Amino acid sequence: MQILAVVAGILMLFVLWPAYKHWSTSSPKAEKGDWSAALLPLLAVVGLVILLIFSVR
Amino acid sequence: MNRYENVVAHSGREVVSSNKVLKNTYLLLSATIGFSAVTAMLSMAIGVPPIAYIVSLIAAMVLGIFVLPKTANSSRGIGVIFLITGLLGFGLGPVLSQYLALPNGPQVIATAFAGTGIIFLGLSGYALNTKRDFSFMGGFLFAGMMVVVLAMLANIFLQMPALSLAVSSGIILLMSGFILFDTSRIVSGGETNYIMATYGLYLTIFNIFISLLNILGIMGDD
Repeated sequence: MQILAVVAGILMLFVLWPAYKHWSTSSPKAEKGDWSAALLPLLAVVGLVILLIFSVR
Repeated sequence: MNRYENVVAHSGREVVSSNKVLKNTYLLLSATIGFSAVTAMLSMAIGVPPIAYIVSLIAAMVLGIFVLPKTANSSRGIGVIFLITGLLGFGLGPVLSQYLALPNGPQVIATAFAGTGIIFLGLSGYALNTKRDFSFMGGFLFAGMMVVVLAMLANIFLQMPALSLAVSSGIILLMSGFILFDTSRIVSGGETNYIMATYGLYLTIFNIFISLLNILGIMGDD
């Protein structure tokens, strides 16, 4: 089971590496306000997960 | 037709095209999620062993890496995406059976399911309404995924619950970022193949669900 999990992880790295290389060189630069527009909904996700944890406790 | 009319007609065609991709993506996504639910119920009914999860995961990954990109431009791609999502659903069966055996298992599964739905619908709606291009996040998201996969590999041997929680939390955040990234790519015309778009969004939903199950399973236990 552990060996299979390692195989799955290595396969994932095999897929991610070219995508990472492509996007790290060719993704457009963030403009002013882009990161805050992305972080705002991600903070909402964090809040929701905390809420869900309290709901199952 | 003057230059202005040309530009308007061209951008109009692009909007119609990206709307079509978006509509087809959401239709195929709902069909594949439904199919996954059926195969998950089937594997729970049969009572397949837990190893089926990792075997299905590897088989789905191999299909997703080597077969889907070659067939995504033809009708065979639809069959392949149903095969991949069916396999992932089939692998999910034994995981769900394990959670159902817990005292608050049904509640954890229902909460994870509802949470996944809220996260996906909320972030997709946000990306569609802001009309912002989130493709600047590409390098950051893929770098983050590589770090998370390395941490996951380390935890196979370390077996630390705290690291498992950290990995699951990281996956939820990264997959949330991928929902913004993928949706804005469809809207902006960066992704024109609805089968590949469905595959990307399906994987984000699957990973958020599994990670939420893990977090709620650990944190919901006294």
